[in-house]
Amino acid sequence: MALVEVEGLIKHFPVRGGILNRVIAKVNAVNGVSFTIEKGDVLGVVGESGCGKSTLGKTLIRLIESTGGSIHYDGVDITDLNHRDMLPFRRRMQIVFQDPYSSLNPRLTVRALLKEAITHHEIVPEADMEDFIESIMLKVGLRADQKNRFPHEFSGGQRQRIGIARALALQPDFIVADEPVSALDVSIQAQVLNLMMDLKDEFGLTLMFISHDLKVVEHFCDRVLVMYLGHVVEEMSCIDIHAEALHPYTQALLGANPINDPDEKRELTVLEGDVPSPFNPPPGCPFVTRCPKVEARCHDSMPPLVEKAEGHRVACFVVND
Amino acid sequence: MSAERPAPILQVQNLTTSFRTDDGILTAIEDVSIDVHPGETLGIVGESGCGKSVTSKSVMRLLPPATSILSPESKIMFDGLNLAHCSEKDMRSVRGARIAMIFQEPMTSLNPVFTVGWQLNEALSYHTDLSKSGRRKRSIEMLRLVEMPNPEERLDEYPHQLSGGMRQRVMIAMALCCEPEILIADEPTTALDVTIQAQILKLMEDLKNKLNTAIILITHDLGVVAQVADHVCVMYAGRVIEKGTVREIFHTPQHPYTRALLESIPKSGRREHGKRLPTIEGVVPALNDLPPGCRFAARCSIAEEQCIHTEPDLKDHAFSDRPVRCHIPINQTAEVAGSKGQA
Repeated sequence: MALVEVEGLIKHFPVRGGILNRVIAKVNAVNGVSFTIEKGDVLGVVGESGCGKSTLGKTLIRLIESTGGSIHYDGVDITDLNHRDMLPFRRRMQIVFQDPYSSLNPRLTVRALLKEAITHHEIVPEADMEDFIESIMLKVGLRADQKNRFPHEFSGGQRQRIGIARALALQPDFIVADEPVSALDVSIQAQVLNLMMDLKDEFGLTLMFISHDLKVVEHFCDRVLVMYLGHVVEEMSCIDIHAEALHPYTQALLGANPINDPDEKRELTVLEGDVPSPFNPPPGCPFVTRCPKVEARCHDSMPPLVEKAEGHRVACFVVND
Repeated sequence: MSAERPAPILQVQNLTTSFRTDDGILTAIEDVSIDVHPGETLGIVGESGCGKSVTSKSVMRLLPPATSILSPESKIMFDGLNLAHCSEKDMRSVRGARIAMIFQEPMTSLNPVFTVGWQLNEALSYHTDLSKSGRRKRSIEMLRLVEMPNPEERLDEYPHQLSGGMRQRVMIAMALCCEPEILIADEPTTALDVTIQAQILKLMEDLKNKLNTAIILITHDLGVVAQVADHVCVMYAGRVIEKGTVREIFHTPQHPYTRALLESIPKSGRREHGKRLPTIEGVVPALNDLPPGCRFAARCSIAEEQCIHTEPDLKDHAFSDRPVRCHIPINQTAEVAGSKGQA
C-alpha cells in the first residue's frame, strides 16, 4: 500500500529585488512532480545541485509550504492541514539533515536534544524518559554514558548518529534522509549506511533518500527518481540502473561517475555546457542545452513522463518514440 | 614501463611537519617521502585528517610560518633546490611559476572584488616579461585552453558571475598560465557535481598529455584516483602507509587499511544491491593521542600483538617490491596459491 502519494507538486520561490523589493522573478524549484512511495520502500532522489531534490524532500513533509499540487500521507490529504491537525503527522514524518555540524544546537546536550522533541510529542511519560533516551542512543550505536555531552565532542559520523536518533525518538514511520552521508568519509559513510539499513528493517521504516551520489543510491534504495531542474526525468527500479537507464541525463550521470577499477577505466561521458539558470529555464525540456540526442521538438515543450515498462517512467521525446 | 620512466622532477624525503597549538606541538605528517615524475599523475588518497593537504601545502610553503615547523631532516628537492629550507625569495620564483596549485573551493580561492582578467593578469605580470597586450592575449589563450565559453567576455566578469565549474576552470587557467612543471590539485572536484567533475578531470588529463606536466592529485575519492592517477600513495593519520601503481593499489592492496577502504565503497550491479557494506569500525586516532604501535591497529581486523606495541616501517616485503607500512601485509598471490595448494 502506498504510504506517500504526491500529485503534481509545485514549489516556486519568489525572487525579490529593485528598490521596492517587489517580486521580480521566480525560481521553479519543484515543477509538477508526482510519485508514490510504498510502505517499507526506500525511494532515492538523485540529481545535481540546484535540481530541487532537497526542496522536494522538505516540501513533502511540509517544512516548507508547496505552491501547488497535493500530498497524501497514509490516505489523508495533508496538503492544507492546519497546525493542530498536522501535529500527529509531524511526529510520523521525520527528517535527517546533510550537515551534522549545523543541524544540531551546539548549546544542548544529546539528552536535551532528544528530550525536547519527545516531550513535545508526549512519546513517553516523564518517569520513563531517561531509559527511553538511553535505549534510542544504544539503537544508533552511541553509548548511554555519552548523553550529557555536547555535539562538538563527537565526530562527524557520531553526530550523524545523533541526528538519526533524534528522528527515531519520535517513532516515525517515514524518514526523509537529505544527503545523510555526503559529509562523511568513505569508511564512516559505510557505517552510517549500514545503521540506516538495520533501523529500516527493525522499525519497518519507509525512507526517502536524497543524494547526489548514484553509487550510494544504487546500493541502498529500491526505486529512484532522477531530477533535473525541478523536473523528474526518469523513475525506475534501482536493481540494475546501468542496464536499464533510458533518459540521456541518467545515462550521462552514470557515464560521468568514475569506476573504482583502473582496468575498467573508460572515457568519462562529458556533457557540453553548464546547467541553465533556474531563473530562466529553457521553454522545452530543461536538458536541451546539454543533451547529446537533442532534436527540434525538444525546444518547444516539456516531454511528459511516459511509462515504458512496469514502474519505469521516462520523460524524453527521443526515448519514448 | 619503469625502464623508460623519466627521472623524478620533485623528490620529497622524510617530510615532517608540526604545528604549535594550545595542546603543545602536534605532528601532522611524519616522514613522508614521495617522488613525482613528469607527465605522470600521482594520487594521494586518505580520509580527512590524514595529512594529505598538509603535505601539499608544505611543498608549496603555504603554511603559516608562525605556527608550522618543518623538521630539519625534511627535504623537498626540486631542480637542485631544497624547498623545505630555501629562502622566501627563492620560493617565490618557484611558487606559482614552476609549481602551481589549485584548491578545493573555487569560490573562496578567487578574489571576489577583481575580474577574472585582473587575476590572470596579476599572475602573468609577476612571473613573465610579457607586455600588457601580450598578457591579455595570453589570458584569453589560457581560458580557451581550459575550454571556457566566450573567453573574451569572461575576462571582464567577476567570479560570482561564473558557475562552480567555470570558476574551477579559471583556477586551472591561472595555475597553468606560467606553464608550471608541476600542478598540485587539492581536491579539485570535490565541490563540483559529477557531470562537471567529469569535464574537469578530462581537462586535467588532456593538459597532462599536452604539456607533459606532472600532477599531484589529492583526493578522498577513490573513483577519481582510479580514473586519472598513474601512481598512488595512501596516507593514514599522518603517515604514508602504502605506495604503488594504480593497478597494484586497486587490485592487490597490501595494507589492511587500503583493502578495507576499497571494500567499503558501495558497488554497483545486481549482485551487490542492498547488501550490508563492509566497514572499518572505530575512528581515526587524534593527533594528540596517537597509539605507540601501528596507527591503524585499533581498527585493523588482522592486528597482532606486535602491531599494538611497535610501529612498522614503510618498507618492501619479501613478496613484493613496493613499500608498505605493515608488520603483516596482505600477500594476495600467496593467499590464492595457498588455497590452491590445500585443495
